[in-house]
Amino acid sequence: MSKVIKHVVAGVAVSALALSVTAAAETLRWSSAGDSLTLDPHAQNEGPTHTLSHQIYDALVFRNMDMELTAGLATDWYVTDDPSVWEFKLREGVTYHEGQDFNAEDVVFSINRAKHENADMKGLLTSVVEIWAEDDYTVRMRTDGPNPLLPNNLTNLFIMDSSWAEENDVTTPQDYAAGEETYAVRNANGTGPFRLVSREPDIRTELVRNDDYWGMGTFPMEVERIIHTPISSASTRAAALLSGEIDFLLDPPVQDLQRLEGADGLVVRTAPQNRTIFLGMDQGSDELRNSNITGRNPFADQRVREAMNIAIDRNAIRQVVMRGQSVPAGMIAPPFVNGYTEALDEVPAVDRERAQALLEEAGYPDGFTATLQCPNDRYINDEAICQAAVGMFGQIGLDIRLESKTRSIHFADLQNGELDFYMLGWGVPTLDSHYVFHYLVESRTEAGGAWNFANFSNEEVDAKIQAMPSETDEEVRNQLIADVWEVVQDEVVYLPLHHQVLNWAMKDNIDFNVQAEDQPHFMYMQFR
Amino acid sequence: MLAYIIRRLIQSVAVMLTVALISFSLFQFVGDPINNMLGQEATSQDRENLRERLGLNDSIPIQFARFTGNAIQGDFGISYRMARPVSEVIMERLPATLELAAVSGLFALTLGIVLGVYTALRRDGWLSNFIMTASLVGVSLPTFVIGILLIYLFAVELQWLPSFGRGELVQITDNWSTGLLTESGRKSLILPAITLGLFQLTLIMRLVRAEMLEVLRTDYIKFARARGLSQRAIHFRHALKNTLLPVITITGLQLGSIIAFAIITETVFQWPGVGLLFITAINFVDIPMMSAYLVLIAFIFVVINLVVDLLYFVVDPRLRAEKSAAH
Repeated sequence: MSKVIKHVVAGVAVSALALSVTAAAETLRWSSAGDSLTLDPHAQNEGPTHTLSHQIYDALVFRNMDMELTAGLATDWYVTDDPSVWEFKLREGVTYHEGQDFNAEDVVFSINRAKHENADMKGLLTSVVEIWAEDDYTVRMRTDGPNPLLPNNLTNLFIMDSSWAEENDVTTPQDYAAGEETYAVRNANGTGPFRLVSREPDIRTELVRNDDYWGMGTFPMEVERIIHTPISSASTRAAALLSGEIDFLLDPPVQDLQRLEGADGLVVRTAPQNRTIFLGMDQGSDELRNSNITGRNPFADQRVREAMNIAIDRNAIRQVVMRGQSVPAGMIAPPFVNGYTEALDEVPAVDRERAQALLEEAGYPDGFTATLQCPNDRYINDEAICQAAVGMFGQIGLDIRLESKTRSIHFADLQNGELDFYMLGWGVPTLDSHYVFHYLVESRTEAGGAWNFANFSNEEVDAKIQAMPSETDEEVRNQLIADVWEVVQDEVVYLPLHHQVLNWAMKDNIDFNVQAEDQPHFMYMQFR
Repeated sequence: MLAYIIRRLIQSVAVMLTVALISFSLFQFVGDPINNMLGQEATSQDRENLRERLGLNDSIPIQFARFTGNAIQGDFGISYRMARPVSEVIMERLPATLELAAVSGLFALTLGIVLGVYTALRRDGWLSNFIMTASLVGVSLPTFVIGILLIYLFAVELQWLPSFGRGELVQITDNWSTGLLTESGRKSLILPAITLGLFQLTLIMRLVRAEMLEVLRTDYIKFARARGLSQRAIHFRHALKNTLLPVITITGLQLGSIIAFAIITETVFQWPGVGLLFITAINFVDIPMMSAYLVLIAFIFVVINLVVDLLYFVVDPRLRAEKSAAH
């Protein structure tokens, strides 16, 4: 295990050396649909909120633009002789924007703060049972059993100054129920590449380069000033880029991509996103809630799921619904996730005759009816994808009714366990298949399977999934992962549709590659 | 007089309570805020805990009573999305909406009167016919289409005006900022004000035209003509003045709807007012923010109506006479 980490560290060191030290004075005006919800770095586990926090705060480690684990406030990290204890060597001589010195005490404080009941980030730290400072620049974390992937969970865990937090009475994150605003919601004091100048939530956030940043020579740091104005209307967002009022657009609308690409002086850059869209079928219940079949559950039969799997023409969805902006998928994990193989991700060939034969074999020669529930404002073209899928199921004789609802209703229904057949998208922030298994495949209990609304349950698989976190032998662990994927694919637990594709649109003098987690680290942005 | 005012006030409060109750019960269909507030790693226990702490497990009447009790004290709770007090956020955003509403109201009123008078006086001119036809477009095109068309033309193609935002602002008091004092602020106002005011403009124009035609047929205009007064004096001193009374009434009542309808215009132009705030609140199921907004809009309507009613009472002696006769 430690071998892998050394590789990563070495790779980071090399790429850091390769960067030149040219700091030009550039102002970046950019936009996206959503704004950060709060400046409190531990209160929300949400993309746009992390985007802003990453500019102002530093984490111990983070994922760079190529998704590699990169040294932030930690310079070195490894498992100690006790396999349940990780040690982090911290960067020396780092100061906060307001001048305080950074040391191990802040890391201990921040991790404990993020584990607080009010912190949304606590979900990523459930395995951490204890954290302490060995000396001023060394911290150790003890996990509940060996956890070789702990650093993967720390990439969005930002470090705050403990004395600043005490002074401003923000030692715990915001509590929604308390009815009060805390200082940390609108004020920030980090060690990161940019300082906060002004912020009006949902309107305008202005940052200026931190010239004392420890990474001044390490990263390009060409952006001197960042002005972010969220624009919620899709066409206005595209218009603002076309008219030159902004330089960079994080989420250009799919329908405007061609126009943006064709416009003078603009480019659209693309990369696969860390999110796979799939359909789930409740295969664990005795019967479906909305179906003409009673007394048994058609989805419980593997042959039915297989038939549905080969009825979906994923390439047609890509071309017609997604306008080319998707990568058809065979598994619920994008290419950069540990456990991904091209063989697993191979798109099932469409074979309607075989599908019908399978249905007949399973005892449904005339098909059956069911209801597919989809969100209509959560994923790219979600409702249209479902419409296309319903038509494809119709071709093998299944009468699927479509119900699409706004996301806040769809996900509430889903979590209440009320849906037979549903759409869901899944990202893998830890970049390891265990995250997929733990949430989507493990049997639903208090301890796991929180999003396994397919109600799939297999004791053997559960045992393997539960063995993964503490398995320190990498080969054994990867074998466990491969085994579980095999079952998931054979059983057709889910119907993967596609990996979403990310597009970032920008002026063509900007050199900036799309990061698969949709996290722009503006310190990497370069200008031509 | 006093009894009349008190009765009107009691009616207003009843209206407010009804609006609050209806909007509050509607929230049951908007969805569940918990999923937006907690990340995908949250356990069902976390969800249940937060639900309990926010009081979402209580029955609707209890939730409503708690909401009303707090609202009377000016406390609308804390926004689920922004983690800030709702009333504070609304007070920050209100100036933007009021500024936009005032400018677009003014635009609609002046241009509406000018065009209305012109089309009434030159009934058969080709320009009048053109204006009348064009005004049909203003009435029938949805606001967001007009907004997008204007953005496309003036921001993307001609690049004269900004497509979004308020431009540079000048802070007047802690809560009050205005874009009227800077050039970029004034430029930013033009497109949204036209978009928002276009419907009212056509409405006022058609009203003025109809009233003007009506007035021009009355006897006193004929007498004025017979007295040999100049056309100018007849049209503008005598006819127009009498036309304006109903126009002013309508404009007053429309002010409320301008503020309420600003939602769409604000979304298209990313105008940071309360309408945009409301739309983002709906997407996030930010219940405290949505309730506060609906109560605020109801309040604005009720106040405008109350003022109009009281003005009628002052202006129209017949109302007073009837009341005193009844006593």
